Amino acid sequence: MPEFPDDSVGLVTPQTAHFDDPLALACGRTLPAYDLVYETYGTLNAERSNAVLICHALSGHHHAAGYHDADERKPGWWDAHIGPGKSIDTNRFFVVSLNNLGGCHGSTGPNSTNAATGRLWGPDFPMVTVSDWVHSQARLADRLGIERFAAVIGGSLGGMQALQWSLTYPERVANAAIIAATPKLSAQNIAFNEVARQAIRSDPDFHDGWYTEHGTAPKRGLKLARMVGHITYLSEDAMGSKFGRDLRSEDLNFGYDVEFQVESYLRYQGDTFSTAFDANTYLLMTKALDYFDPAAEHGGVLADAVAPSRCTFLVVSFTSDWRFPPSRSRELANALTRAGKPVSYVNIDSPHGHDAFLLPEPRYQAVFSAFMSRVARELGLEKRA
Amino acid sequence: MRADLELIHRWVPEGAHILDLACGDGTLLEALARDKGVTGYGLEIDPEGITACIAKGVSVIEQNLDEGLVHFEDDTYDLVIMTQALQALRRPDRMLDEMLRVADECIITFPNFAYWRHRVHLGIRGYMPVSKSLPHAWYDTPNIHLSTFNDFEHLCREKGLRITDRAVGIGDREGHWATRLWPNLFGEIAIFRVERQDRR
Repeated sequence: MPEFPDDSVGLVTPQTAHFDDPLALACGRTLPAYDLVYETYGTLNAERSNAVLICHALSGHHHAAGYHDADERKPGWWDAHIGPGKSIDTNRFFVVSLNNLGGCHGSTGPNSTNAATGRLWGPDFPMVTVSDWVHSQARLADRLGIERFAAVIGGSLGGMQALQWSLTYPERVANAAIIAATPKLSAQNIAFNEVARQAIRSDPDFHDGWYTEHGTAPKRGLKLARMVGHITYLSEDAMGSKFGRDLRSEDLNFGYDVEFQVESYLRYQGDTFSTAFDANTYLLMTKALDYFDPAAEHGGVLADAVAPSRCTFLVVSFTSDWRFPPSRSRELANALTRAGKPVSYVNIDSPHGHDAFLLPEPRYQAVFSAFMSRVARELGLEKRA
Repeated sequence: MRADLELIHRWVPEGAHILDLACGDGTLLEALARDKGVTGYGLEIDPEGITACIAKGVSVIEQNLDEGLVHFEDDTYDLVIMTQALQALRRPDRMLDEMLRVADECIITFPNFAYWRHRVHLGIRGYMPVSKSLPHAWYDTPNIHLSTFNDFEHLCREKGLRITDRAVGIGDREGHWATRLWPNLFGEIAIFRVERQDRR
């Protein structure tokens, strides 16, 4: 048996759920059939009351905690928060995490075969929105026998899904934690997304999205997109303290090769990402971010948009996050207080920028643990040995 | 519960929608929600207080009160409560305006600087008072605007506000005959209930 830390969920295996019911999407098209890849941690109790849904961010996927094999170098992306005794305590909760539709980690997306044509979906894959994801997730919940989630939780784009859940299926969500998110993107956010998309679309290897059929991949574009994204995920201070203006060698060489450490870091991050992620998925996910705006159908009044919710909210922001700064979370908290909804808002002091929502930080963990412990207590979820 | 909180608990009407400024660990809001079906939010800046509120299931918003109540609209609450925080604010007078902007009634408690023990400390011994209600030394106190019963009443008069109730706390008790006779001397904690003149 491989050795994993005591507070890890250990070895986990992804599963696939196939759905044959057509899913009508916000863009007007219908997905005739689809797969969702997901992982679960912990055990669903007899009352089916202890389920927690974890929604992933832009480049995330279903592997939120534990290890796929003994040699896996890093655990799932939210392992700091999910496991026995952690904030989302798998001794109490049954955790579900899935790869969203349009993703590139097993769920049906641009890299899947379109049964109607026998070709890969590629750029023909329909545009998906946060609402579409929530509908597809609800079907997975039905499949797993989960009528109501004890909590729906997500950071960044995942936080938007948690918010959408509370509005689309108010009776199915007891609590929602919305972390480092925003009720809608600003023009600047959309601008950054557009730069990322243009980087991908202008890569000669993109071939209008049919790159797989051409035996290529727009890696240079995807790398640039990720480099831009990465800058927005870190704070200026975090970058400064990590790299400063450190040079890789003693002398300036007055050229365009890597000279500063930060350049080397960004190129490395971009390279790694460009081989692991799909360009069409990146385009889709950034569009889903841009489109998200629950207040739009309510004359822009967010307090009216959140009126249907029936859950208790936790809204968390991080002081140095400039991708979705604290003011955006506060906007959501204000709308919820205006609507008279139970909500707590916490602004965590962190130097790590937007990425802080993925990192362990004592105060963040204390707040999150307090919230989840209260959820467990109110639902009568006793700790299992 | 602290004497001032006990009294406030009695004053708050059933089912009221309230803000509790500097709500600490949420003790008062938790009791009011449980006993009187009160809804609303606590505002707090201390991380430990905020975490304690969340653990209790008290809705708490992290906010520095020196920023005022800009995130809250006019007349959206039945009552605003602020216990033991007035003296720590940069502009207590402006906060009073803010409280009576979002609600037409508020309850405020603060340590009475004119309490006889404090007078003894300063008047006879020549030291800045240190007591249960003013537990800090002069150099590390968060309390920057200490006042007395009389000072507060004067401020309310200047602002044209109506004081509808007042009480005093001494230690863990509410005031007895001596405080009713001479509250500014014998009251350790001042407890005021104030409303706008134009209250409907």
